[in-house]
Amino acid sequence: MKARTEARRHGGTDAEGRSARIRLTVNGEERDVVFAGYKSLLELLREDLALTGTKHGCELGECGACAVLLDGRPVLSCLVLGVECDGADVTTVEGLAEGPELSALQAAFADKGAAQCGYCTPGILVTAKALLDRNPHPSRAEIAEALSGNLCRCTGYLQIFEAVEEAAGTGARRHRGTGRAG
Amino acid sequence: MKVIGQPRRRVDARAKVTGQTRFADDLVLPRMLFARLLRSTVPHARIRAVDAAAAAAAPGVKLLLTGADFPVPFGIMPVSQDEHALCADKVRYVGDPVAAVIARSEREAADALALIRVDYEPLATVASPAEALERPAPRIHDGEGEGGNVHRLAHFAFGDVEPALAGADRVFEDLFFYEGNTHLPLEQHAAVAALDPDGRLTLWSSTQTPHYVHRELARALDLPAHRIRVVATPNGGGFGGKSDVMNHEIVVAKAALLTGRPVKITLTREEVFYAHRGRHPVLMRLKTGVKSDGTIVAMDLETLLDGGAYGSYGAASTLYTGQLQTVTYHVPRFRFRACRTFTNKPPCGPKRGHGTPQPRFAQEVQLDKIAVALGKDPADLRLQQLAPANSVTANWLKIGSMGLRECIERVVEGSAWRERRGRLGVGRGLGLACGSYLCGAGLPIYWNEMPHSGVQLQIDRSGRVTAFCGATEIGQGSDDVLAAIVAEVLGLDPADIRLVTGDTDLTPVDLGSYSSRVTLMMGNAAIQAAERAKALLAGAAARKLGVSAERLAFAERRVFDVERPEAGMSFQEAVVAAEAEHGTLGTTGSYRPPRSPARYRGGGVGPSVAYSYTAAVVEVEVDPLTGWVKVPKVWIAHDIGRAINPVLARGQVEGSVYMGLGEALMEEQAFRRLPPRLSPALVHRIPSILEYKSPTSLEMPDVVTYLVEDPDSAGPFGAKEVGQGPLLPMMPAIANAIHDAVGVRVDEVPITPEKVLKALTEKAKGKAGRVGPAVFPPVPWPEALVVPPPWEGGDGRATNQGAAARDTLPTTHSGTAGVKV
Repeated sequence: MKARTEARRHGGTDAEGRSARIRLTVNGEERDVVFAGYKSLLELLREDLALTGTKHGCELGECGACAVLLDGRPVLSCLVLGVECDGADVTTVEGLAEGPELSALQAAFADKGAAQCGYCTPGILVTAKALLDRNPHPSRAEIAEALSGNLCRCTGYLQIFEAVEEAAGTGARRHRGTGRAG
Repeated sequence: MKVIGQPRRRVDARAKVTGQTRFADDLVLPRMLFARLLRSTVPHARIRAVDAAAAAAAPGVKLLLTGADFPVPFGIMPVSQDEHALCADKVRYVGDPVAAVIARSEREAADALALIRVDYEPLATVASPAEALERPAPRIHDGEGEGGNVHRLAHFAFGDVEPALAGADRVFEDLFFYEGNTHLPLEQHAAVAALDPDGRLTLWSSTQTPHYVHRELARALDLPAHRIRVVATPNGGGFGGKSDVMNHEIVVAKAALLTGRPVKITLTREEVFYAHRGRHPVLMRLKTGVKSDGTIVAMDLETLLDGGAYGSYGAASTLYTGQLQTVTYHVPRFRFRACRTFTNKPPCGPKRGHGTPQPRFAQEVQLDKIAVALGKDPADLRLQQLAPANSVTANWLKIGSMGLRECIERVVEGSAWRERRGRLGVGRGLGLACGSYLCGAGLPIYWNEMPHSGVQLQIDRSGRVTAFCGATEIGQGSDDVLAAIVAEVLGLDPADIRLVTGDTDLTPVDLGSYSSRVTLMMGNAAIQAAERAKALLAGAAARKLGVSAERLAFAERRVFDVERPEAGMSFQEAVVAAEAEHGTLGTTGSYRPPRSPARYRGGGVGPSVAYSYTAAVVEVEVDPLTGWVKVPKVWIAHDIGRAINPVLARGQVEGSVYMGLGEALMEEQAFRRLPPRLSPALVHRIPSILEYKSPTSLEMPDVVTYLVEDPDSAGPFGAKEVGQGPLLPMMPAIANAIHDAVGVRVDEVPITPEKVLKALTEKAKGKAGRVGPAVFPPVPWPEALVVPPPWEGGDGRATNQGAAARDTLPTTHSGTAGVKV
């Protein structure tokens, strides 16, 4: 939070509250953004930063399609105002791959059939990443609990659970040094 | 086989897990404008006037459209051309679009909507089919349907059921009600229209049916179809909800033509509930006569559909509430009467299973009652009377392969059904049900003799193979099926195949992702195109290698002599040889299903070249204090013929289990009537995801999936459908399991805790312990169309003119777009 407080001096809105300016870190890159002050973080990402991987689903915080990581924690970006994100560190689905290589989680989702239409996938991937970051070997029940705010209408969730489990195993192997560097 | 049947990463997986799949709302074009629709706030009214002057002058507004801008009606079915992109004279449901604002930003468009004043003259509303039958006036549609507020009526007699019922040992009669529900795709409908540099119109849309959208756009905009390009963007879930032509697609197309700028629209979640086209609420009366051993001798089914405010696919939906009843179990005589009414609610249409889950629920629950009454095992009752493979049903549907016996045996064994059913103690139970579904509708929705699906292959000297097909990726994996089939034939890896799909400018026509038709129809077209390419390559390679082409095999990106695998060349070298010999290489393939033996009017709904079969056993836990139903485990076996990619096939089965669970226990597209003194409005009770209850990851049961592979000669590599059929047994299996658990019958979907508790309370008082409909309103059934079954000397034709299914479907109406007959 200290970093965010320090960075906040970059931010602000104009006298009528119409446009806002913030500096935030998105997928590891620092960005200055000037945008319409009413916009949600979701709109800011999609419309002002061209990061369209994060999806609209309901605009009311009901479906989880817009989930991103804000300072490492999953949030519903449709419920976060862009102006609240001055100094924040945001991770979206575009930030998960390591260069051209899929992350272990992405590879597992691809292999296990965890993405059918793919519309809920970005939100589920970042939510699952947050889970694995704090709990590298979650049980099936813990996975189901962590993803219970992300609706998927295609898969029936089971292949998503399996993908997260697969990634947890793969992640462990990678940490033992058999994966690619960096 | 190297590809078919192997579990693989789907070809479009990388795009999906990196967020690079470009959905319609992700498209951004220079100078793009944004559209929003003003939707009716009243359920039924004449529009006296629309005052849009203030909105037109509002900041950022570039264009304002009203019903006057859209004089030409449209509709997905030639017999139901009853919609306008914006309403001009009347609104028919809360949510019916009246005006559109096109502005610099979505927000400016939304702000301007608030400035439009619509002067409505309210009309009496129709809330239900019963009201529609009671009140022929005011009519929701003048000049549409069967008179009054009845949209469709049908009456078929496939053999005379009356003497058969009279002679039956037992007759079971039940009323069932299946509430409507909606698709709830996570992606809200979106579309972008733009003029290309040559002045032609392009529409990108999250549609399952770009070909039909293309046709209707040409009609509604009065433009030659060849001046219009429709691109189906990958759908973020469809489930049938994006298979209709939608108002907003026509609005943005018109707006792009008038402004010369790209125009985008994305529906809000609330608007998606109004766009609907979802599951019809259906009231059913099912009367079945059986022998003392439970064998069916005759079935008499009446269905009453709540169609909502427009025709949509309703003419077909109406017939689907009965026509597939005969392909699961042998039904020697079948009477089917169906009525669809208009009501002042969002239009209903096709949702996964299209019209068939409702009567399937009725029959499977009734079979359970019959088994209990006769003291039989419900699995045995079904096994003793399966519809035979390679047979023709009473209503002239031709069945090919039929793997239901093995499906039942697998789930019975897996669930230890025979040991555990009825013995799990109070509050726990097992239920079994089955189902069957089309592998593609046998006829297109507008009559023609052209292919239902076409595939083109283009191959060049780099070794590149590109497959072009109009099929639409809605998440089900149609792109993967196309790549897999071409790769299998040509000995390549699916990832080697470039794909261009769902684009009316670039790809041959495929009718769309509906009726579970794509794997079978596109797959057969792809095999034909790939075999033709293989022949060109094999001929050229054979001449180079000095062996006969018959001895050549295509595998692992090589073309080689099967008897001397070292004698061969790379796939690319074979392409070079063929291009040198034949010039530029390209092949086509196409598929049209064979003609159905059904020759009667209305017989166009139901035929398919193959049917899939499914059996499921569901375990439930019912809390007798609260009526709460939990589903811990499901065993489901699906006769898929052949799984092209078992990872995806399993995903379709599990997704169907999930969706069926939602339909069975919680999902409902329900409406409420405001107090008449306040407003006549019928309003959607729950137009938000939070209030429209659907299962989350926490409700999902363990699922044991069995893919039964009994290849069907009509399918590509034997494949049948898997996207819809596995949904069908879920709802009745849950209802039957609840009976096994606590001895009550809920003859209604969804089976909410309130209903379970009510049934338990009644049972405790010594009553029947049943919750369900009690009355089937009188319907003015027309004279029956009499069609003798094959075993009664029939030839597939009706023996009288009848009144059934007047001008219903492709067999009777003109092939010309938009001609109403």
